[in-house]
Amino acid sequence: NTGNEWGTEEPLKEEVTGLAVNVDLQTDATLQVDISDALSERDKVKFTVHTKSTLPNFKQNEFSVVRQHEEFIWLHDSFVENEEYAGYIIPPAPPRPDFDASREKLQKLGEGEGSMTKEEFTKMKQELEAEYLAIFKKTVAMHEVFLCRVAAHPVLRKDMNFHVFLEYNQDLSVRGKNKREKMEDFFKNVVKSADGVLVAGVKDVDDFFEHEKTFLLEYHNRVKDASSKSDRMIRSHKSAADDINRIASTLYTLGTQDSTDVCKFFLKVSELFEKTRKIEARVAADEDLKLADLLKYYLRESQAAKDLLYRRGRALVDYENANKALDKARAKNKDVLQAETSQQVCCQKFEKISESAKQELIDFKTRRVAAFRKNLVELAELELKHAKGNLQLLQSCVGVLKGDT
Amino acid sequence: FVTSETSSAPMMNLFMEPASEASSGPMVDLLMDPASDDLKEPPKPDINPLADIINDAPLSEVKTPVAAMTQEPPSDLFDDEPSELFAEPRQSNTAKQQQTSIFDEPDEDLFSEPLGEALKKPQNDVFKEALAPVAKDPTDIFTEEAITTLPSAVSTVSVNSKTNGVHSDEEEPDIFAEATVELSLDSPRNDRKKKEAAKPSASASAPSVSASASKPQPKTLEELIIAFHSTGDGMNAYMAYKVSTQTTLPMFRSKTFTVRRRFSDFLGLYEKLSDKHTLNGYIVPPPPEKSIMGMTKVKVGKEDNSSAEFVERRRAALERYLQRVVFHPSLLQDPDVREFLERDDMPRAHNTQALSGAGFLKMINRATDSLSKMTIKMNESDVWFEEKLQEVEAEDQQLRKLHIMVDSLVGHRKELSVNTGGFAKSVAMLGSSEDNTALSRALSQLAEVEDKMEQLHQEQAASDSFCFAELLADYIRLLGSVRASFDQRMKTWQRWQDAQNMLQKKRETEAKLLWANKPDKLQQAKDDITEWEAKVTQYERDFDRVSATVRKEVLRFEKEKARDFKKQIIKYLESLLQSQQQLIKYWEAFLPEAKAIA
Repeated sequence: NTGNEWGTEEPLKEEVTGLAVNVDLQTDATLQVDISDALSERDKVKFTVHTKSTLPNFKQNEFSVVRQHEEFIWLHDSFVENEEYAGYIIPPAPPRPDFDASREKLQKLGEGEGSMTKEEFTKMKQELEAEYLAIFKKTVAMHEVFLCRVAAHPVLRKDMNFHVFLEYNQDLSVRGKNKREKMEDFFKNVVKSADGVLVAGVKDVDDFFEHEKTFLLEYHNRVKDASSKSDRMIRSHKSAADDINRIASTLYTLGTQDSTDVCKFFLKVSELFEKTRKIEARVAADEDLKLADLLKYYLRESQAAKDLLYRRGRALVDYENANKALDKARAKNKDVLQAETSQQVCCQKFEKISESAKQELIDFKTRRVAAFRKNLVELAELELKHAKGNLQLLQSCVGVLKGDT
Repeated sequence: FVTSETSSAPMMNLFMEPASEASSGPMVDLLMDPASDDLKEPPKPDINPLADIINDAPLSEVKTPVAAMTQEPPSDLFDDEPSELFAEPRQSNTAKQQQTSIFDEPDEDLFSEPLGEALKKPQNDVFKEALAPVAKDPTDIFTEEAITTLPSAVSTVSVNSKTNGVHSDEEEPDIFAEATVELSLDSPRNDRKKKEAAKPSASASAPSVSASASKPQPKTLEELIIAFHSTGDGMNAYMAYKVSTQTTLPMFRSKTFTVRRRFSDFLGLYEKLSDKHTLNGYIVPPPPEKSIMGMTKVKVGKEDNSSAEFVERRRAALERYLQRVVFHPSLLQDPDVREFLERDDMPRAHNTQALSGAGFLKMINRATDSLSKMTIKMNESDVWFEEKLQEVEAEDQQLRKLHIMVDSLVGHRKELSVNTGGFAKSVAMLGSSEDNTALSRALSQLAEVEDKMEQLHQEQAASDSFCFAELLADYIRLLGSVRASFDQRMKTWQRWQDAQNMLQKKRETEAKLLWANKPDKLQQAKDDITEWEAKVTQYERDFDRVSATVRKEVLRFEKEKARDFKKQIIKYLESLLQSQQQLIKYWEAFLPEAKAIA
């Protein structure tokens, strides 16, 4: 596993996989999936997917394969396109690993190397490397969560493609979508959202689903807003921490110019700022993990839930249309059998989706509440821990400085 | 160093300084030979202000010293050498006359003025309030203030720190309401509030200062507080600053007094002091720069945070500037300083154009440029000066860098504050749409926590700015003055060298004339030689004197700087500390809510 650089007591994995998944999921012995290792190469990340299973489907009880991001997407898309799974919330696909920003910063740092002192340069380099590592850990976590959700789902875990994904130790030869396919996707989405509007307009007889529709719509939008605002807030926090870093460096330079009292003073203050800066950076990172990531995840999951409702709505519309067609056919007494079969198919489809959808949505709520609880509690505890650490540093430093004067 | 809240502290510093320049002799005219010798001997043994306070006793409680203070016979102030006060050549006749008249009837004029005459003679309100108690029994002030000191010192601190923090000002909103209103001036209520705020903090320091010396002997003190209010309206509006002084120095007419000054007056004071003293090698503290943008915004009545901040920042900077001037034992003796503090009606200083923001910087830069451009390799007999100058230049560079970074930090913290506020609102929205009740409640609690954090970050940014950034800005300016004094020394040296060269030339001329046998011109040549010999001696003496002054000044400056930095930065760290404590409170309150989610 990627080493834990932050020096916390919590093991890395629990910290990140506890993200949006109920802790219980990990204790099911019949199928346990995790990402045991990851390698960051120039423009791709290679994840080592490790499986432990007692299920008879697999040749061995424990095995590992190497997968890349595109293969995760392939798996996700195969679920979405499978009609059988129309009644389930498909676990949202993990976002693409994005190191562009970090890479850009590293490049800029390299260009500006001449304009800063050696200490400053090494410091900033360390900073950026830490940032890179953090992004890396996050992307690992998100891919892992996706797999765990699939493995925990009673139906999806049995999926053939999933088993291939887990077990087949050759490259799946899943190429990324080419331009044409991407355009197709784009149009599909346009059609879908237009359709979605139509479908959403249809009032549902069932109170439960009607309520869920309204709720999810509003909730999704608000989570989106909260997610972007939290990102902005955390970015400012990181910038402020960076400033403190630079201030510490300059104070250090001031302090080393002489050995007078005031210079010693500067050195002590510089040291203090170094330490508080680390804590501030940690606070920002924890907020990122516990708050921003949580919101991002539920942004995606609520979208998946909305998609489910859309599919059900679509099925309902189809069902109603089939009913109308049947009535017409009966009235004209033409192609009645055909209409009857068609109507039956639609009816079955709709009822199947409705049944599983209800459970899915209830589960979604339970998961959501549990995840929020876990993360908010952890956030508060971490904030407290860091604030207390900060306070202690400040108090001891002020004590020393006051004593000196 | 200084802040508005406890002008106490710098005043404490004032007297903790082993003041070799200690002098209660206010009578020495600085225009005369500023041989430091004069300043050293206290002319009046019974008032030995600073000598007592040489021991660096730490600040102690407020209470005990008050008793010490009250024992002081008030008569000193009024009886002391009144004639001398007005004996020195005053700059203007009118001033003299005014003073004599005031002197003749010191109490009547001031106390007969009714309080209500605010519009016509604003100062008198304040005077009356300030001096009425004094007239009765000086001890009253101090006892009264002593009692109020402790509780109100706290409130003063909080009020003024809020002032620093820009928002939530209780006192200041009134001022801003007046910004575009005509001549509202000080309502007595405002005045009283300010005096009240001013006095406790003033006395808070006063007792503490004498406490440090812990002697029954009265200490001469100088307190300076600047409050502000605006006058006039529209584009003609200007800020008038109320400068309140509290002192027991005998050279002043009264113990407490307040005057109104405009920003240009401060600049004018600097110009006067600089003209007189820089050429002698003194480090004259510089005032804050003019800022057209800032003032225009205020004038136009833009009542947002940035103009409030600007005004407060300027006020605090002016206060620190004056306090530094007053803290300088030689400058304090300058009659211009006294006039600035005391005189009700000062002539407007018009020629301060040179001291506009850009002009001022140019001046400083010119000083440093000329220094570096000097191709004359100065025959430095004392390598101390060379080393010191290098130190100063290196430090200047670092401080500028640091200032930029602290500014950046302030910016990011403000940004963080705004973004936290935005986040808080969106979390509240999220909470309201969440249909699980416990989670919904927890989310709205989180929104509240983040709301409080917004406030916290805002305050922290203000502290970053007022405590830290302003300190750096002050010292960047001051270092400019230091370099100017080094420059002065160079100039003096140059003048001496030039004189020597001239003398040499004159001698050569004489030799030529002797050889050419022109007796009529010979006498002239001989006269010239005598003249230049005298000049050479004079200039050499000047150079030595200026060198000595510069050296002394630099040492004094360094001590002051060390003290300032330590004090301010500790204060800044303490504000950071408080933030963390607040943070802890907020999150501790939230944690059970989060745990209660089910």
